[in-house]
Amino acid sequence: MDSFPASIRFELGVYVDIFVKWLYTNFGDFFDAVSSVVLWLMVNIENILLWLPWWSVLIIVLLLGWRFVSPIAGAIFALMLVLVGSFGYWDHMLYTLAIVMASVVISLVIGIPIGILMAYSTHAQSVMRPILDFMQTMPSLVYLIPAILFFGLGKVPGVFATTIYAIPPVIRLTDMGIRQVSKEMVEAAVSFGSSSWDILTKVQLPQALPAIMAGINQTTMMAISMVVIASMIGVKGLGMEVLIGIQRIDVGRGFEAGLGIVIIAIIMDRISQGVANRFKIPS
Amino acid sequence: MPVKIEVKNLTKIFGKHPKSILDKVNQGWSKEKVLAETGHTVGIRNASFQVHEGEVFVIMGLSGSGKSTLIRCLNLLNKPTSGEIYVDGENILDYDKKQLKKFRQEKLAMVFQHFGLLSHRTVIGNVEYGLEVRKVPREERLSIARQAIANAGLAGWEDKMPNELSGGMQQRVGLARALANDPDILLMDEPFSALDPLIRRDMQYDLMELQSQLQKTIVFITHDINEAFKIGDRVAVMKDGVIEQIGTPEELLDAPESEYIENFVRDIDRSKVYQAKHVMFKTTVLVTIKQGLKTALNEMKTNGISSVFVVDSERRLQGIITIDDTVAAIKEGKTLRDILRDDFFTTDTEASLQDLIPKATDTKYPLAVIDENNKLLGLISRVSVLSALV
Ligand SMILES: Nc1ncnc2c1ncn2[C@@H]1O[C@H](COP(=O)(O)OP(=O)(O)OP(=O)(O)O)[C@@H](O)[C@H]1O
Ligand SMILES: [Mg+2]
Repeated sequence: MDSFPASIRFELGVYVDIFVKWLYTNFGDFFDAVSSVVLWLMVNIENILLWLPWWSVLIIVLLLGWRFVSPIAGAIFALMLVLVGSFGYWDHMLYTLAIVMASVVISLVIGIPIGILMAYSTHAQSVMRPILDFMQTMPSLVYLIPAILFFGLGKVPGVFATTIYAIPPVIRLTDMGIRQVSKEMVEAAVSFGSSSWDILTKVQLPQALPAIMAGINQTTMMAISMVVIASMIGVKGLGMEVLIGIQRIDVGRGFEAGLGIVIIAIIMDRISQGVANRFKIPS
Repeated sequence: MPVKIEVKNLTKIFGKHPKSILDKVNQGWSKEKVLAETGHTVGIRNASFQVHEGEVFVIMGLSGSGKSTLIRCLNLLNKPTSGEIYVDGENILDYDKKQLKKFRQEKLAMVFQHFGLLSHRTVIGNVEYGLEVRKVPREERLSIARQAIANAGLAGWEDKMPNELSGGMQQRVGLARALANDPDILLMDEPFSALDPLIRRDMQYDLMELQSQLQKTIVFITHDINEAFKIGDRVAVMKDGVIEQIGTPEELLDAPESEYIENFVRDIDRSKVYQAKHVMFKTTVLVTIKQGLKTALNEMKTNGISSVFVVDSERRLQGIITIDDTVAAIKEGKTLRDILRDDFFTTDTEASLQDLIPKATDTKYPLAVIDENNKLLGLISRVSVLSALV
């Protein structure tokens, strides 16, 4: 057999390593600062969730489901959570919820401005498009590597990896939503002497809101789908339980935890879709 | 009337490097040639005109003739390639960003063909928009907006969303939004083109009604010559980015300067353009109420007419007398007052011939044209009404 010549060797990986090390030595302080902000956010969300009595969580979910989906859906959501609790996974579920919420919040804070920038500048769009495509086709596992490098193990790299994985939809849909706003509407606003800020906040963002809400929904779903993978770098929660189930070939345990994730996904999907529908603009 | 807007040698070219094409356009390259050889589109070529204060200035032309491009230059939604635009004597092209914003906020407002309403805002949310960007306090702008909505005939619809309204109502919101700002100048780009003919007629009527109260300076675009002639004080006809002729509807009808314009005016319904003032004749053959029947009879006989209008010393119309009645009255010893008749028709100077047709066919006397004080300005013979139609 004629195999590929060993003499043709380009060690891209080495250069990537060098680059990452360079980043780390030069921007170490920056990563530390980011790390403490993310940690602060995570810890606070976790603490609030853990502080809530279990029945109040049920009531909140019941009411949200009632209001944004349907009364029956609200009741079903609450029962589903009772099921997760009965598996003994209540706290794990809250940990998972916390990392998802933190990642979504960070995704919005970073993603919406980037989306706006892309909508305003075709240049920015042509730079960002391939990056987003790249991010979405990259196996999610790969994000763990820079996450560990920059932030070590634990919650912060978990949030980091989850955010990178989950952020593209909200960016894309913000961009698309703003570009879709009717030209005449924007011109009407301009003709009344609106400032650029007026145009953005009084016309473009409100008009793009349904698209942005759809982006938030997708971003949330992607964040949830990342939790098992994030558990590999030490993120506590349902994902970790699935992972342990796999490692110990404990099908029962893995199944229970997996079902817990599915339940969270269903509830968050339905409720965020219900909220998004509220923002639909009649046309 | 003072000049409100003056446009001088305005040229607008669309494309990557419009300025570089300017010379070629000025040399008279045709629109097609410019497009084929440089990829640029000539929107407007060297347009000059004035709009007077309180005037309804209509810009008319076929699709693609540059009407929208022109009106959009007036609030700089389009940036002219060359030329000058003076509004109240100031060249708006010299404005910096802040001045332009103020100019758009205070001087003029635009009404769009497809309304351009903000679909995420209620009716009142739309109408208050212009005031909102001017930072008018909330209470004040809501009360102005409410009034503007009421004036547009939409009271009670304040909290509806635009999509819940019919097209005609949506455009009323567009108009209310523009007027809420109390601009000097209204720019209207085919505001009624998207509406049904019947609604359109109502809107035209309402606009004219509104204009008679508000006396705004209006630049109005249409491709419908009937609409242009109905509401325009003066009409500019555009073709391929060039203003071919500017004039009053009568001037365009009577002396079209090109075949293009002739073709336009050919199918116009003249009875809608001509007004009472265009066909009336001033008469001296009148009888004053103090004069005797004999004088009246004599007047009719010498002029060969069978009836004559009677006025008072200030020429205010009192009635009409016929020759038969006069002869009979003289025999019976009656006075002029005894035989005054009032079964004639009056009209004001603005009435269109169209409106006079039923009157002209329904009477045997001439129509009397009077002013608001009942003063007789002139007469319209029945024949002239009916013959102006052909
Ligand atoms: N933004 C633009 N970019 C390039 N070309 C344009 C642009 N806007 C208008 N044009 C061109 O300028 C010319 C005049 O267009 P304009 O929209 O002013 O015509 P119009 O008289 O308003 O027509 P319509 O009755 O269809 O509205 C057309 O040839 C059009 O293609
Ligand atoms: Mg147009």
